[in-house]
Amino acid sequence: MAKKKMKKGPQGGPPMGGPPIKKGTFGRLIKYLLKHYKGRLIVVMCCIIVSSVSMVIGTVFLRQLIDKVITPGLTLGLDAVWPGLVKYICLMAGIYLAGVICTTTYTRIMATVTQGMLKSFRNDMFNVMQTLPIKYFDTHAHGDIMSTYTNDTDAIRQLIGQSIPNLFQTILSLSSMIIMMISFSIPLTIATGIISLSIVYVTKTFAGASAKYMMAQQKTLAEEEGFVEEMMTGQKVVKVFCHEEQAKEDFEKINEALYEAGRTANANGNILMPIIHNIGNLMYVLLAIIGGLMVYFHVPNVSLTGVAPVSVGIVISFLTISRQLSQTIGQTSMQVPMIAMGMAGASRVFALMDEEPEYDEGYVTLVYARRNEKGELEEAPSRTGLWAWKHPHKATGTVTYEELKGHVELEHVDFGYVPEKMVLHDVTLYAEPGQKIAFVGATGAGKTTITNLINRFYDIPDGKIRYDGININKIKKHDLRHSLGIVLQDVNLFTGTVMENIRYGRLVATDEDCIKAAKLANAHSFIERLPEGYNTMLTANGANLSQGQRQLLSIARAAVANHPVMILDEATSSIDTRTEALVSEGMDNLMEGRTVFVIAHRLSTVRNSDCIMVLDHGHIIERGTHDELIAKKGTYYQLYTGAFEWD
Amino acid sequence: MYKIKRLLSCVREYKKASILTPTYVGMEVIFECILPLIMAALIDEMSGNHLGIIAKYGVILVILATLSLACGTLSGMNAAKASCGLAKNLRQDLFFKIQDFAFADIDKFSSSSLVTRMTTDVTNIQNAYQMLIRGAVRTPMMMFFSVAMCMTINVKMAMIFLVMIPILGYGLLKIATTVFPIFRRIFKKYDALNNSVQENISGIRVVKSFVREDFEKQKFDKASEEVRQDFTHVEKILAFNAPLMMTCISLAMTLVSFFGAKMIIESHETVLSIGELSALTTYGVQILASMMMLSFVFVMCSLAVEPINRIVEVLDHESTLTSPENGITKVEDGSITFDHVSFKYNEESPKNALTDINLEIKSGQTIGIIGGTGSSKSSLIQLISRLYDVSEGAVYVGGKDVREYDLEALREEVSVVLQKNILFSGTIKENLRWGKPDATDEEIIHVCKLAQADEFVSQFPDGYDTMIERGGSNVSGGQKQRLCIARALLKKPKILILDDSTSAVDTRTDALIRKALREEIPDTTKIIIAQRVSSVEDADEILVMEEGRIAERGTSEELLALGGIYSEVYETQTKSKEVD
Repeated sequence: MAKKKMKKGPQGGPPMGGPPIKKGTFGRLIKYLLKHYKGRLIVVMCCIIVSSVSMVIGTVFLRQLIDKVITPGLTLGLDAVWPGLVKYICLMAGIYLAGVICTTTYTRIMATVTQGMLKSFRNDMFNVMQTLPIKYFDTHAHGDIMSTYTNDTDAIRQLIGQSIPNLFQTILSLSSMIIMMISFSIPLTIATGIISLSIVYVTKTFAGASAKYMMAQQKTLAEEEGFVEEMMTGQKVVKVFCHEEQAKEDFEKINEALYEAGRTANANGNILMPIIHNIGNLMYVLLAIIGGLMVYFHVPNVSLTGVAPVSVGIVISFLTISRQLSQTIGQTSMQVPMIAMGMAGASRVFALMDEEPEYDEGYVTLVYARRNEKGELEEAPSRTGLWAWKHPHKATGTVTYEELKGHVELEHVDFGYVPEKMVLHDVTLYAEPGQKIAFVGATGAGKTTITNLINRFYDIPDGKIRYDGININKIKKHDLRHSLGIVLQDVNLFTGTVMENIRYGRLVATDEDCIKAAKLANAHSFIERLPEGYNTMLTANGANLSQGQRQLLSIARAAVANHPVMILDEATSSIDTRTEALVSEGMDNLMEGRTVFVIAHRLSTVRNSDCIMVLDHGHIIERGTHDELIAKKGTYYQLYTGAFEWD
Repeated sequence: MYKIKRLLSCVREYKKASILTPTYVGMEVIFECILPLIMAALIDEMSGNHLGIIAKYGVILVILATLSLACGTLSGMNAAKASCGLAKNLRQDLFFKIQDFAFADIDKFSSSSLVTRMTTDVTNIQNAYQMLIRGAVRTPMMMFFSVAMCMTINVKMAMIFLVMIPILGYGLLKIATTVFPIFRRIFKKYDALNNSVQENISGIRVVKSFVREDFEKQKFDKASEEVRQDFTHVEKILAFNAPLMMTCISLAMTLVSFFGAKMIIESHETVLSIGELSALTTYGVQILASMMMLSFVFVMCSLAVEPINRIVEVLDHESTLTSPENGITKVEDGSITFDHVSFKYNEESPKNALTDINLEIKSGQTIGIIGGTGSSKSSLIQLISRLYDVSEGAVYVGGKDVREYDLEALREEVSVVLQKNILFSGTIKENLRWGKPDATDEEIIHVCKLAQADEFVSQFPDGYDTMIERGGSNVSGGQKQRLCIARALLKKPKILILDDSTSAVDTRTDALIRKALREEIPDTTKIIIAQRVSSVEDADEILVMEEGRIAERGTSEELLALGGIYSEVYETQTKSKEVD
């Protein structure tokens, strides 16, 4: 489980078909946009209007020039129309210039707006994510969460940066076209409308089929990626077993399937454009024939300006508009899947932002403490090595200080991650300050669950767990966790130097502190041997280190934090026994007088504990010191002598 | 250039489709260019009030549109075939090549990078190729035809466009080349940003238990702000594309309108007619719009440069370790000799992984190896089946240098159970048959009994037909290890190497496995690497490795008497055992 490659699974990626888009997503997106960039967006809208208008005017300009300047010029001569020509050309240049300026302005503003928006989306998502309970991460596939940052954010970029401005522009040009058409001829407009609808229908059908094939391709692609990933990770095993030929054969089959799926999907996508294009051509022919017939039979024309016979000029104008219309529809139909994807993406991003943050009603805080002359505890301004729980009492309005000792108490705790399946049954335990408490048991026996409850990754009803006598639900989560150090079996390191990774435990620690901690964790010698020592960059979760080395680093990280209470969850499972003995000696010295919880599979790790709890299916079945448990000749004894095996 | 040639050599059987695509595209362009002419003629005939002629042109238009549609469809289908075919061949060549890689080559490229090359990189090339065979013909042809049409109408007017083409071309190219390197840089940053999110998600327990939420938020905000600034920067440059295009078109239109109007009036429509003027503008827009398309093709292709490099790198990589021609195919016995062997993983690395190892193992002996993390235990045994080649000295198996053997023959006889072992998705039986493809059910059950796996396998509802999930996630660590041992045993090797293969197995089962090996395959040389002293205690010889050297060697008693590392480890692991 240590190596998890986040990739777009068949379900993880943006669904190509009909993605569930929550109602109101578009409105919320617009609201979000307006909240941050209201002023700029108004400028953008104005610019789009100007540039669209200038483009439309540009197309009719030539006709104006012909009618008003060239035709009269042919009879009157150049000199007579010269001022008119100059005036028209200047006007044309001016309008074009305005269009160019507005386009430049709005595309540049949109660049800022789009990227700014993406940043706020990312930051909002990340900030919310930091407050979510562990349960969220346990119940959502990490690949899916990742996908909101990558695929969904990309889809939103498309939506905001291109699709929405495009849509706006399309609406503008479509409405201006419709107005122009109605003003020319209502019957022809109706005919155009009917043909356009058929274009939309055909496009939709083809796009739908294309999306289906796309999905099939995506699925095969995921299968192929899965196979390749499995084989590449197992490549050394393949070599050891001379399994190359078989692997090639298997791969060929999958590769062939992917080729078929890809070819179908791409072919479908490729022919969409010619189809739209040529339906546009057919529309042109149909309109020409209808128009021709109307002209031929002198059909009376109804338009905004009244009733008159259809003129050739009107038909010609219609034909010109119809080309533009079919082009616009074609372009917009290409945008539809983008819009759908963007909306689905936005919908998922908003869903993440709407997640309930970790609930924290705690009010007891952890403070540095010192003893005054009277021997009473009081708050200290800086780290003293002594901590206290600051406990304000609402009823009396007083504040009491309780020394942090590390006394942990669980009383009849029952717990299940889901109500139907209880993981812990009636667990009761006391950990005295300075004690080392160990949990042993099979995978799934509930060892880690207990630690999840102690640091409130998961919450249980009031009063069952007390920490230095305080109900842990009253302690602020952050402060509670500040007092507990946890070292987990699966080590997560962060991109950065070795030093930075150790310092993660205490951000203000000096280099000396970090090195001291590394020495204590027995990590110093291997770090020294790394190419750049403590300044060696770790990437991809420390892929260049062995599992044992990573565990040593993670112990060093916890050691520098120097928590009053420590939980070691299989923290030394990949370290050889000799090194482990040295590490545990170091840890014992560090944790002198403090409470330590140890979870381990290897019994030599827990042997010197003050109390060993043997867990089985959420019940504590045996407890006692090593010697007591050996003497008892129960499960622990069987484990120890190798007569019994977990898992 | 060589790299592109190398890549194109993978087109193979899809050459036909690759050539047909541009051919059909060309025909489609021709029809598309004729269509406006017919449409113009149709408009001209409109005023003539001849229904018959309108119908005639209508029919011609329908036929042309149908032909254009047919060509468009055919080109689209062929393009899909060609590009997907190229991708298929690339993936196949890569996969086959990787199958020939030695361990050192796999280390060099790393599995994750190989996965990226076989997936994302190939997809990028596929898209670029499709774009190229469709667009590379379409755009120039469109331009050529349009310019030719303009020329036939009026050469002087056509000059306006001809002057505009290089200006626009230069501008678009300039933008593309400015933006491209920045893009490559920021994609790295963008990857880093996503990577940090991924780290945060998988390390969320660490973040929360160290209460580092605010620290993480700050870190993320910094990275996200950097990405925002960089992306805004390039997008702002890219934003000049559309205005540049518009400027050129408007300028051309204005000039054509002005000079055209003047020309028409001055020449009284003899040099240029009104109809021709409007045709000129249509073609003008078409010419300049093709330039935009061309720059898009250019960007797509430049984005494919990096993937091409990465893929050709793999395709051209010669395996560092190859089987000799006419290598020895018979391994005499299971004896192993290390003669002054030194080894380093990388020629440049200053430190040896193994230094001056001398070792003599007789056929049928059991050798135990222990040592701390990083003491090169695994490096030592990987030299035996020639998973790596020695840097100095020589390794002999059955009296012959391992480099003289046919690789497959050698590895058939030297069975290694790797430390990082994996099972593949498939049934248990299928997994075990990796060891011997034609193994009978009896053979399989037999080796599973030896590896103490039969008991739990037969308890599964589907027994030996139980499906193993990807990565073997539905069996426990100890079960997985035992299945891996069984798989290695199925080969009936002369040498069996267990690299820390029983770490998750309890001591009793571990002892049973060793007993079975000792009794059932006495002639096989067995090398056991372990953390637990009890796993090697009864070996004929125990090697204690430290920092790439053999620090101590001898039987358990001898080493205990020596009072060195071994006895220290022995102490820590067995003390207080007296209790029982």
